[in-house]
Amino acid sequence: MEFKDYYAIMGVARNATADQIKQAYRKLARKYHPDVSKEKDAEARFKEIGEAYEVLRDAEKRAAYDQLGSGPPPGQEFRPPPDWGSGFEFRGAGQPGPGEREFAYSGDASEFFETLFGRAGFAGGPRRRPRDRGEDHHARVMVDLEAALEGGTRTLTLRVPEVGADGVPKLIDRTLNVKIPRGIQAGQHIRLAGQGETIPGAASPGDLFLEVAFAPHRLYRPDGRDLNFDLPVAPWEAALGANITVPTPGGPVELRIPAGSKGGTRLRLRGRGLPSSPPGDLYATLQLVLPPADDAAARSAYEAFASAVPFNPRAGFGA
Amino acid sequence: MSNNHVRVLVGEIAEEQESLSLARLCELCDGEASLIEELVDEGVLEVASAGEPRFAGTALRRARLAVRLQRDLGVNTAGVAIVIDLLERIETLESRFGR
Repeated sequence: MEFKDYYAIMGVARNATADQIKQAYRKLARKYHPDVSKEKDAEARFKEIGEAYEVLRDAEKRAAYDQLGSGPPPGQEFRPPPDWGSGFEFRGAGQPGPGEREFAYSGDASEFFETLFGRAGFAGGPRRRPRDRGEDHHARVMVDLEAALEGGTRTLTLRVPEVGADGVPKLIDRTLNVKIPRGIQAGQHIRLAGQGETIPGAASPGDLFLEVAFAPHRLYRPDGRDLNFDLPVAPWEAALGANITVPTPGGPVELRIPAGSKGGTRLRLRGRGLPSSPPGDLYATLQLVLPPADDAAARSAYEAFASAVPFNPRAGFGA
Repeated sequence: MSNNHVRVLVGEIAEEQESLSLARLCELCDGEASLIEELVDEGVLEVASAGEPRFAGTALRRARLAVRLQRDLGVNTAGVAIVIDLLERIETLESRFGR
């Protein structure tokens, strides 16, 4: 199996103090927490960091882990030593402090962690109380914007918890065909009744809630029920005004560019955003595009314009 | 040839369904009633009715986000309110001007 270098993952030296490890964790947690992070694969990194911290913050686990050294030579698989863990009692690391997430056993730890520290390595077991209704499950899904504009069916793969016969939860992949409601906004949830946890003998299964996020679209950027897009225009179209055809989710539409428009001017196309109830608006932000001066005709046109229209764009600069 | 039944699951937009009771919101965000009440005090969650509190609209998403911020990053309720405002502001800016 793959060896996990927890010190490298946390960016600390092997002789780092407990305080240094805690500070490293707090910084990394802020950087990679999926709700506030802009990093790619933030979720995977956040889990990895949580697992590393779970081991390094616990004196016993850290001591046991240190005995493994820095891992096998490159290309070699890691195998735990036969007397692994003897002399150690892996109780939990105690109650987490404020801001320290209890690394609840969600079945998402690495094979390395599970083999070495197993279920006993976690603080507290899963809460199992008799229930008459299955648990609701939640998952975040990413769909293309077209699905919300038109309301189509999409195949989604989720990771959801499933409790095995031994009472141990683990994450499994579940593939569903889901009709995406037309007009759904980012952050809203599709509620699939009865698709949550099923408890044998229980009266009703839980629900499945899918929180929707949109993949970047080549043209539109959603903001709630509204859509934004950049509309390239020629300088004369903005200065003199023009009637142009613009793409909208419902098809091309004529739009009047008012005379005296500038770069950054925002024009609203009412009701042409997401088809929610009520429908949102579509906003076009003008992007002035200069024709390239790459032939004689264009160059002389520019020079004529410059002589005909004395203009200092830096009048207010004071330089 | 196997009979390929592709079952399509149809759901509704949870935010447009009937509003949630306090107990149901606590269940769905895995949070305590005291946290929900604090979030109402901060103006993060709006109560949709005068009598027994009901929650609608953005409440589900914000409540779940609040629980994660508190549990994972140690943010207190006042901080959660600020973080939510900032995140929504960032979303609007990125939508208007591109990333």
